[in-house]
Amino acid sequence: MPSLNLLLQALAAGVFMGALYGLIGLGLGLGWGILKQINLAHFAWVFLSAYLTYDFKTRWGIDPLVSLLILVPAFALLASLLQAVLAKFAITPFNSLMATFGISVSVEALLQLVWSADFRRMPSPYDEMKFRFGGIIVTYSESITVVLAVLVCAWVSWMLYKTDVGRCVRAAAEDADIAQAFGINARQLSLGLAGVCGGLAACAGVCVALTFTLAPSQIFAWIGVVFAVVMMGRLASAWAPLFAGLVVGISESLTMAITAPTWAPLVSFTLLILILLLRRGHD
Amino acid sequence: MTEGPQPWRPQWGMNTVITVMVFALLVAAPYWGLPNYWQSLLYMVFFWVTLSTSWNLLSGYSGYFSFGHGAFFGLGMYGMATFATKLNFGFVSSVLLSGVVAAVLALAVGAVVFRLKKIRGESFALITLAVTFVLATLIVNTSIDGGPGVYLMGVQTPALGPSASSSFYYLGLGLAAVCLLVARFLFFSKAGLGLLAIHDDEDVAQVHGVPTFGLKMAAFALSSFFAGMMGSVHALYVSYVTVGETFNITVPLTVVLMSVLGGVRHWAGPMVGAVLITFLLNAFTDGASALIGRIAIGLILTFSVLLMPKGIWGSFQAWRKARQKAQHRAGSQGADSQSTPLNHVATKAPEASVQPLNWEREPVALRVSGLSKHFAGIKALDGVDLTLYQGEILGLLGPNGSGKSTFINVVTGHFSPTSGVIELAGVGCAGMPSHQIRRLGVSRTYQIPRPFTGLTVLQNVMLSSQYGVSSTTHEQARIQAMQWLEFTGLASKADDLPDELNLHQRKFLELARALAAKPKVLLLDEVLSGLTPGEIDVAVQTIRRIRDQGTSIVFVEHVMSAVMALSDHLLVLDQGRVIAYGLPQAVMRQPDVVKAYLGEGHAELSLPN
Repeated sequence: MPSLNLLLQALAAGVFMGALYGLIGLGLGLGWGILKQINLAHFAWVFLSAYLTYDFKTRWGIDPLVSLLILVPAFALLASLLQAVLAKFAITPFNSLMATFGISVSVEALLQLVWSADFRRMPSPYDEMKFRFGGIIVTYSESITVVLAVLVCAWVSWMLYKTDVGRCVRAAAEDADIAQAFGINARQLSLGLAGVCGGLAACAGVCVALTFTLAPSQIFAWIGVVFAVVMMGRLASAWAPLFAGLVVGISESLTMAITAPTWAPLVSFTLLILILLLRRGHD
Repeated sequence: MTEGPQPWRPQWGMNTVITVMVFALLVAAPYWGLPNYWQSLLYMVFFWVTLSTSWNLLSGYSGYFSFGHGAFFGLGMYGMATFATKLNFGFVSSVLLSGVVAAVLALAVGAVVFRLKKIRGESFALITLAVTFVLATLIVNTSIDGGPGVYLMGVQTPALGPSASSSFYYLGLGLAAVCLLVARFLFFSKAGLGLLAIHDDEDVAQVHGVPTFGLKMAAFALSSFFAGMMGSVHALYVSYVTVGETFNITVPLTVVLMSVLGGVRHWAGPMVGAVLITFLLNAFTDGASALIGRIAIGLILTFSVLLMPKGIWGSFQAWRKARQKAQHRAGSQGADSQSTPLNHVATKAPEASVQPLNWEREPVALRVSGLSKHFAGIKALDGVDLTLYQGEILGLLGPNGSGKSTFINVVTGHFSPTSGVIELAGVGCAGMPSHQIRRLGVSRTYQIPRPFTGLTVLQNVMLSSQYGVSSTTHEQARIQAMQWLEFTGLASKADDLPDELNLHQRKFLELARALAAKPKVLLLDEVLSGLTPGEIDVAVQTIRRIRDQGTSIVFVEHVMSAVMALSDHLLVLDQGRVIAYGLPQAVMRQPDVVKAYLGEGHAELSLPN
């Protein structure tokens, strides 16, 4: 059994991983629940954004937090444009999965073309800056991720539940045709919402660049666990992906600390299976 | 009028000749000096054809999209690694055992998830994906692998053909050919029709007698069996297996992608997709051009899914059908021989036979006593007693929400009753699954028609006849189905899809489908609602003719003129309870019936009849 301090350190690592899972899962879940699209391109945007953050930093020395201000609107626009194309076709959730998988394949190849398949790690001052919290050491990079995730969830929650736009979005999610009959412009909403998801992807990308070693194939490595997070939380919900992300992240890192790192997936995926089997359904 | 196409029969002929020639050519090719590079490339084509075609057996046909094909394929890889290297089994037995192990895992997963209605669609995709990763974690952490991977250099592969690489070429070709034959056979079989119906509407399929659980299990096992065998051969091809390279998202995604691109509603669709994508991926192999190639493939995929949601094969079939129709229309102009329900009336069956005056002497077709169904405290049915005599039409009335539809749903087994007895010709059947109740001779129609939208009108009726009546051959089922389509005036629509019918025709399709099972008891749920007065007259005649064939009918309806014209007895429900039963005229004069229908204050008025 590892020492208490080690367990606490693992817990902190889990919180940070969970926040990142939640941040990526939030954008995916919003699109899934409201736009009825399983948008695999979301992962492509996350890593495109991460590579751009890396590039801005290493080429021009732009601070990642400044990149955030450039990348979020840029990716919001990109995702809205994609949505404008997708909206032209009546597409089932499953076909949206396939169509956006194609985009991810293209983006992966593009990343490899520009930045090669080598591993890249962004040098960042936030990695050097650390603080002690009780007995555990936390880097600024990790704290930034956690703070960003919480802020973003709070903002989405406020948008969805406290504003008229949010009410329209929820109505359209329930039944787009009826909502349209009541005068809601579903097309405009879907473009806006896709934009929000794109912005969330860009934000997650900056966090990935801050804390991870990048490789183009990573796009597909994250799909499984983030899907688990999205399904565990509710679709189209603000806080649920974050909580689900924390559950998965913490259980993974504790498993790693107590047993071996290779056992980590067992916990999250067994959890996913159990939740799918035991959740309330129409049985 | 030329005979229409018969889409449900395998068409031997030109296609068979071409297929046999292509196969013969592929078998002969290595002996004619096919370069090793091409043999390897074609092995990869066979590999993906086998994996995607086997995936399609369950996922394409029944719509249960699995993302876990990598688990069964990977189990096959590690099956070979274990059986051949650690246990020193022979090649053939290792391949077969790997397939069996994969099939057993599929049955274990299926036994849990196929019982739960909530595990459909995305949940099924996710749960199968999760199984993949759980399996991978178990293998990497146990002695099956242990981490570093397993080498298979020492395993003897049987030498087939003229060169070393032709062994794998022939193994791949053989597996792909067998898998395609199985897929084709299944597609045209009764089981295949059942799986396609599950894809469109699983609940309705079960009501029409399809044993959904068993079919899904069998298809899943078969699908995984082929994936396992292909995996075991592939383990030798790569000669070194690792968990990271085996259990990742690549195999399931590629397989789904190939099948969706090719078209999942046909046995040949995945093959088309697999051949196309394997060659595309291979067209760009070196450096920068490979990457530009991948970018192009991604975009091609995106646009082909957007532009051809039914896949290449599905789009091709739709195009061919549209062309046939256009030709057909050009050929038969002027000679409009369409049989509409209305000219059916002109040639209608003999008048209704005289009905017995003393029903109590007739045999009982359906007896229900003390039937209750509670939903979370709401008593939808509360101690209902009902007797339906053979050859009787029983009108079941009641205001909206009085329990009429619940009654039908409970009798057909969609819901199991909270308490009470249901007997069909003396056989108790309360709580049985709906496909078994169907076999005891109960059919129903849905108030809002629920045809299988992916099957033609003829297939819709054939399915009911094949699953409802025991020991019906394919040809018998087709003939019977055509008869029922004639009976309901839909014969000219036999090869159309249900979407092309209007409401009236869809209601009659419901009826034809219910009748094709030759029911002893027929439950009609508001077949007349939404029809025009003319159409109602036709329908009333049709229902009378059904009864004249000896079928007993429970007739739920709001169109009072039809109820009074057809019913031998009336039974009125209100808030789940029987409030009146008897001869129609007498029942409709009872004050509490009038009250239930028209409200207080009208109770003194009697019906103008």
